Amino acid sequence: MSLLEVRNLHAGVQGNAILEGINLSVGKGEIHAIMGPNGSGKSTLAGVLAGREAYVVTEGEVLYQGKDLLGLSPEERAREGLFLAFQYPVEIPGVTNMYFLKAALNAIRKHRGIEELDAMEFIALVKEKMKVIDFDQSLLNRPVNEGFSGGEKKRNEIFQMAVLDPTLAILDETDSGLDIDALRIVAEGVNRLRSPENAVVVVTHYQRLLNYIVPDFVHVLIDGRIVKSGGKELALVLEEKGYDWIREESGDVPADAHAAGSK
Amino acid sequence: MNASTETKDWYAGRFARFEEGLNGASQSPLHALRRAGFAAFAAKGFPTTAEEEWRFTNVSPIAATQFQPAFDCEESGVTEPDLRPWSLGRTGGIVLVLINGHFSGGLSSIPASLPGVSIGSLAAALARDPALAERYLASARGGGDTFTALNTAFLVDGAFVRVDDGVTLQEPVHILSLASTGGTPLLVQPRHLVIAGKGARLSVVETYSGRGPGVYLTNAVTEIFVGEGGGVEHDTLQMENLNSYHVGTTLISLKGKASFTSNAVNLGGALVRNNVSALFQGEHAECTLNGLSVATGTQLVDNHTVIDHASPRCESHELYKAVLDGSARGVFNGKIFVRQDAQKTDAKQTNKTLLLSDEATIDTKPQLEIFADDVKCTHGATVGQLDEEQVFYLRARGIGATEARDLLTFAFATDVINRVHVDALREKLDVLLHTRLRQGRVNLEV
Repeated sequence: MSLLEVRNLHAGVQGNAILEGINLSVGKGEIHAIMGPNGSGKSTLAGVLAGREAYVVTEGEVLYQGKDLLGLSPEERAREGLFLAFQYPVEIPGVTNMYFLKAALNAIRKHRGIEELDAMEFIALVKEKMKVIDFDQSLLNRPVNEGFSGGEKKRNEIFQMAVLDPTLAILDETDSGLDIDALRIVAEGVNRLRSPENAVVVVTHYQRLLNYIVPDFVHVLIDGRIVKSGGKELALVLEEKGYDWIREESGDVPADAHAAGSK
Repeated sequence: MNASTETKDWYAGRFARFEEGLNGASQSPLHALRRAGFAAFAAKGFPTTAEEEWRFTNVSPIAATQFQPAFDCEESGVTEPDLRPWSLGRTGGIVLVLINGHFSGGLSSIPASLPGVSIGSLAAALARDPALAERYLASARGGGDTFTALNTAFLVDGAFVRVDDGVTLQEPVHILSLASTGGTPLLVQPRHLVIAGKGARLSVVETYSGRGPGVYLTNAVTEIFVGEGGGVEHDTLQMENLNSYHVGTTLISLKGKASFTSNAVNLGGALVRNNVSALFQGEHAECTLNGLSVATGTQLVDNHTVIDHASPRCESHELYKAVLDGSARGVFNGKIFVRQDAQKTDAKQTNKTLLLSDEATIDTKPQLEIFADDVKCTHGATVGQLDEEQVFYLRARGIGATEARDLLTFAFATDVINRVHVDALREKLDVLLHTRLRQGRVNLEV
């Protein structure tokens, strides 16, 4: 049984259809990349999976560990081991990173019937995880993401992922806004957290992140549908040739190209 | 006879009775001050919403009630256990207890001798040194304000704190004011005088609350004089009964290089007006005014601040926040005057309000009047609900929806609490806020 099973998923926002029949199956130990041009629905897919309330699912289903994911609240999904690394991590003045993470981790542990960590145990865990992703200690006692640089915010997402130890991580354009050094550090962090028991879905516009996080499967998302799937070499082709050839191959010809051809 | 005349006649009667009880003391400079106070009160009466300063705050419930001035604290029946909920942490600290505005020696705790420090009741201080009245109390800049005038008219007692030049008082002075009421509506009017000498340092904490079922009006006036290079922190925690009224006026004068911080926390009362007014009387002085109001139900909390940059090269910072739920109403008016000579003034004012319900409202008005040209003045006001993107971020990490909202609300409020330097008060405020801000609401029952 796969970890995540997306079947014929249709979703939109305020009456506008964005996802128009997504099918996706993610197994344990796998890394999947979802690539596509701007506006293809990549972030919508990530948002629907994490439980963003602005999106309305109109058709289809999502099974996570065999259970109906869409029936769960965002916090229940997180407690069940789903993690979304935000494209735009939110600043939360007045709440320190430490306090926030401890509250999150203990909410997850409580849900799973595991004893909550006290302050000392939590600090020990945090120190261990900081080494894994090379996270600056001074950021721990600062309010969540407040005044962080773009790179620090993304690194904080991966640090949270390290502490919360998710079963399924969805990285939403984690590479956007990162320079090459920050990209490498973030990717190394993700690789170190990889295990046969968990899975990662990397949502990205560019191929460059996939040089560091090597996917087992690449899916191309265009106009709300996965139009092509393949191995890691597909990402290289996309990098070289762009997305238009896939549109043509899949018969999903852009409207303006179609009009030009009919003349 | 209209309500206004009726009210004036009532207080004129109280004032006449008060004067009779003074016997020979009615010829003193202090009493001349009282008479001037009563004349000012009688001339103006209680304000109406037609007055700009009271546009959003209707005090007609106060004007319509015949409050009986409390002339002493005898027979209040208050004992030590009644004070415990309001104590700040450990015993043995400096605590001045005022019952119905009058000093209670038996309930207070004042160290026998502190070199260079004088702490006690204002009545005793005035008896020892009648010149205090003219030198300090007569200078009240709020003389034109009806409530300050009313306080002056019946001025008898309150707290007195003086720290001499160069002396640092480590221990905070806690002025615990308790109204103890039965059936008669009571007028509780403590008058506090705080004098910090040159280079003197001290902290004062005022707490206000009530005991018993009756209605009362606390109309407190605190005057603070900070000498050259001196430093004063002044914190207030107002937790009056929810059927009672509170008008608190703090008047601060700062000499050169002096620094002053006020943290005004308002949690109780049906109708609350907090006036804080600071005047720079020398260069290179610094003034910080912070405030937090948390209200629900039909509570009204009005904060009016004035910072008068009458001297050059002074700095002021201001942060007033409010968390409003139910049908609570908030008012913020922040005046900053920069006089013509006050070049190189640096003033910053921020007012932020979090509305937890659709019915809660705030009227906020920054009022900057700048007559100098080489100054830096900024102000900003925000009013809003919790940021849903922040709520989602916390939920996406496993934190429950209600808990996420409480965490964000607490973080919003604690921003002010963290600026309190008196540890015992900050810890108390922390606990109070945690109990008040639960389940996405402002809770009154603790």
